[in-house]
Amino acid sequence: MAMRRYSAFAIAKEAMSYHLGWERAWGSPAPKKKYDVIIVGAGGHGLATAYYLGKNYGITNVAIIEKGWLGGGNTGRNTTIIRSNYLQDPSAAIYEKARSLYETMSQDLNYNVMFSPRGLLMLGQTEHEVRGYKRTVYANNLQGVATEWISPAKVKELVPIINIDGPRYPVLGALYQARGGTARHDAVAWGYARACSGMGMDVIQQCEVTGVRTEGGKVVGVDTTKGAIDCDKLGMVVAGHASVLAEQAGFRLPIESLALQAMVSEPIKPCMDVVVMANTVHGYMSQSDKGEMVIGGGTDGFNNYTQRGSFHHIEETVRALIETFPMISRLKQLRQWGGIVDMTGDRSPILSKTPVEGIFVNCGWGTGGFKAIPGSGWAMAELMARGQSPLTEEFSMYRFREGKFIDESVAAGVAH
Amino acid sequence: MLTLECPYCGVKAEETELQAGGEAHLKRYGPGASDEEFEGYLFMRKNPKGVHFERWRHAYGCGKWFLAARCTATLEVFGTYPAQSTQPPVDLQAKIKAKRPNWEGYK
Repeated sequence: MAMRRYSAFAIAKEAMSYHLGWERAWGSPAPKKKYDVIIVGAGGHGLATAYYLGKNYGITNVAIIEKGWLGGGNTGRNTTIIRSNYLQDPSAAIYEKARSLYETMSQDLNYNVMFSPRGLLMLGQTEHEVRGYKRTVYANNLQGVATEWISPAKVKELVPIINIDGPRYPVLGALYQARGGTARHDAVAWGYARACSGMGMDVIQQCEVTGVRTEGGKVVGVDTTKGAIDCDKLGMVVAGHASVLAEQAGFRLPIESLALQAMVSEPIKPCMDVVVMANTVHGYMSQSDKGEMVIGGGTDGFNNYTQRGSFHHIEETVRALIETFPMISRLKQLRQWGGIVDMTGDRSPILSKTPVEGIFVNCGWGTGGFKAIPGSGWAMAELMARGQSPLTEEFSMYRFREGKFIDESVAAGVAH
Repeated sequence: MLTLECPYCGVKAEETELQAGGEAHLKRYGPGASDEEFEGYLFMRKNPKGVHFERWRHAYGCGKWFLAARCTATLEVFGTYPAQSTQPPVDLQAKIKAKRPNWEGYK
């Protein structure tokens, strides 16, 4: 379906006719018999993959099929943090690519994703953490990622509501990324879906993959709840259900699915205009445009597909944050929810070819996928179109066999 | 909240008393194993949406490791058994099969 451009002029024009002329942002087509490429999973990563397949490589005979609704998985369940201050070179490359694409995403998609590069702090609250983050700053400077180490006084200046004196975990400084921030997560999915639909791709919701069909070690199509669909190439971009889908295709992934929770408080007046992550005490917080404090913590320890986590994790997160932000102690929590994150052994993602020819997999983003969406889509599209990409080279699913880990589990602390 | 009965001390322990230890019944590989076997042992954990066998530790109780059968899709607990078991007890497997007729069985 043709995409109508959004602009101030379009709003003025529609105002003349009582805003009755707006069309749906994307279509809801029935699946065709065959596509060049099928992407399973219409979350941020899947839609971004499809978008860059069309935009960068002119491949538009594409279907993005989704079991639930668009962006209803982890894309709509995260805490919307965007940063690229990773330690290892391959991580910094793909996350910084993503962060830089976020800068112009609203213009590129003609859809306001409310990217807000408000600045992001990762607090150093133990001597070990200080050493670790300083190391990350040095690495970032070599990688061309703009981060700096700032003093406790500067932290207090940026975050007046913070308690830097402890007593248990005093703030000893922070890793500061001035161009980190947040974006509206739903809008990212909607913007990509609209752009994909505008290029003639089919976004098919309420369509679950029930089987993957292969012939002679090559993919030929998928069986779905809306019938069989053929394809030449298949991209699996399904986060928490990556193992389930891989099993249907006959291979295994080094992934475990865990529940990660987040919550928002009642809305309050503006009090914190940066993102603060306190990884020693397992909590991170930012304030949404509506005034809610958006809070996230750590994952549960056991395999779980239920999209709900254990209450004591919320308790731990909030308890930790109250020590650092005493003023939130009286806040009521408005909502709490969970998502299923796909964790790998080295806490880095998998963007890779698979044992089945024509099947590509993009998963393992674990607790930190949202920030990577455009970079992940960019790299995955290149991998699927050209068979290789400099951004995905190190993220092969076979790196575990070779011992070539991209170890971010220590570098990034708890919250990716 | 998850509640598991410790097969050693008999306490019905809730989650904060316990520590999750990942997949149970791992076959260990060492020197002489192929790369694939060693990779499987270190990283390729089972991640089923459904019946799963796990190691747990009664960390803030008797301190002992034990094993549990649990459904990852519903959080239902089928039962717990001693860590010395090399595979799930036959009666526990039968109990799971009765509740989950489509379950493929322990592999």
